[in-house]
Parts: sequence; structure tokens; C-alpha cells
Amino acid sequence: MKSRVAYFGIFTSLALIFSYVETLIPVNFGIPGVKLGLANLIIVIALYKMKIEETFLLSIVRVLLSGFIFGNYFSIIYSLAGGLLSLTAMALLKRAGGFSVMGISIAGGVFHNIGQLVVAMLVVETFSVIYYVPVLLLAGMLTGLVIGIVANEMLKRLISIIW
Amino acid sequence: MTKGFKKRDLILIVVILCIVALTVLIHAYIGGVGANKVIIKVNGAIQGVYSLSEDQEIKINEGTNLLKISNGKADMVEADCPDQLCVHQKPVSMSRESIICLPNRIVVEVESKEESEYDAVTN
Repeated sequence: MKSRVAYFGIFTSLALIFSYVETLIPVNFGIPGVKLGLANLIIVIALYKMKIEETFLLSIVRVLLSGFIFGNYFSIIYSLAGGLLSLTAMALLKRAGGFSVMGISIAGGVFHNIGQLVVAMLVVETFSVIYYVPVLLLAGMLTGLVIGIVANEMLKRLISIIW
Repeated sequence: MTKGFKKRDLILIVVILCIVALTVLIHAYIGGVGANKVIIKVNGAIQGVYSLSEDQEIKINEGTNLLKISNGKADMVEADCPDQLCVHQKPVSMSRESIICLPNRIVVEVESKEESEYDAVTN
């Protein structure tokens, strides 16, 4: 379709708005780094609606913009590692086939946390963060599931948008 | 793609849950007993080792972070970073538990008195 650029802009701004909404929710599970990952909802939808390279571009643009606006140097590195690993995992599973939107999103949530954990290990030069693995896996799975269910419902209603 | 769960989704969930259970078991096996001191590392270098049994307040990094030890638990009470993640974190007391402040590159790790097998292997 000819309005690719416009769609890309809308997706980018939606992802940014979701990042902002996320900062407004005072979630504190007592564990650093656990959050809902609302912006991931847009990425999941983009995965089904856009070309894969555009989805990657969207993910990078979102992380950079939201990092500069709401975060800092550290949060950009984290989000980038998490976001790209998560998107890679989701894209591979989607290509493999046989997974529903929920399954793809769960993998995305889990790998997002794994990516961040790896960066955390490199930054603080310790393996003790590895003991967060069970909590982060579980958290990634639950948030991924929630995001997946919402994304599934949205995709049902966005059938008319195809490009 | 707009249908409900598929078989592979459930397999994925089961695999993740198995990994979670496995890591929890490993954690319970390695840690948990004889935790009695905290090691404070900055940038990967050990800056101090403190006993968990005596109540004290420790300034880390010339005061960027404040660690409080009371009732055998270590808790980060102050940090100058904007996210305050380490401050919000629950106090730690079990062996191998840790509080991490990424902006200041601080790791507070609970350690047992005896050298664990884990260390013996890495050394």
C-alpha cells in the first residue's frame, strides 16, 4: 500500500504512547526489571501486520525514542538487548509455525527478560544475577501471555488493515 | 491466527515451567544454608565484606548508596540513581541472593561462610 510511511509513523507513536503509559503505572513487584511491557503489544501486532525488517526498525526506533525521552543511557542498552532478542525469538517462532499469537508473545516476553539479564550480567560483571532467572522467566511468561491475549483480540479487529 | 491456544503454545509453556522449576531447585540446592555475610562489589571489584549478624549501615561508593543490615537481612535504603530499583527491592538474606544497582554498578551479594563448591570450581 502507498501509505506505508504513515502506518509506520502511527505504529511508532503508538509504541511511544504505550511506553509512556507504562511509566505512569506504579508497578513494583519487589523485583527489579519486572514490568508489563505494554509497548511490546505494538511490536506483536506489527509482527503480524508489517514486514519483518520494518518490525525490527520499529522496535529500534521505539527503544531509542522512549529511551531518550523517559529513560537514560542504561535503559536504552537494556531495552535494546531485550527488545531485539525478543523480536528475533518471536519472528523465528512465527516462521516455524504452529504457534498462536499468545505463544509468540509468551516467547517474546521470556526472551525480553533473558536479553536484559545477559546485559545485566555483563554490566555488573557477576553471575549472581542468574538467580533471578526463575522469577524473570515466570514474569516474562505471564506478561507475555497478557500481551498475547490482548494482541490476539486486537488482531481480530484489525483484519481490514493490511499492507 | 485469530484462534485460541494451539498445541505448540502449551508445549512452550510447559518447557518454560520446567526450566523455572529446575533453576529453583538448583538455587535451593546451592544456596539457602549458612548465609551470614554480604559482599559488596563495585565494578566487579570487592569493596567490602560485612557480617549479616550485626546491625549496621554501610555507605557504598562514598555515599551514592546506603546499605542497611538489620535482623540478619541486608536492604538498600538509599541510592542516588533515578530509577531506585535497588531501593524498592526486598531485603536479601539467603545465600547467593543479591541486590544490584546498575547505574552505580554495585552488587551486594549474600555469601555463606564456607567456600561453596561453586567458588571452588571457578577458582
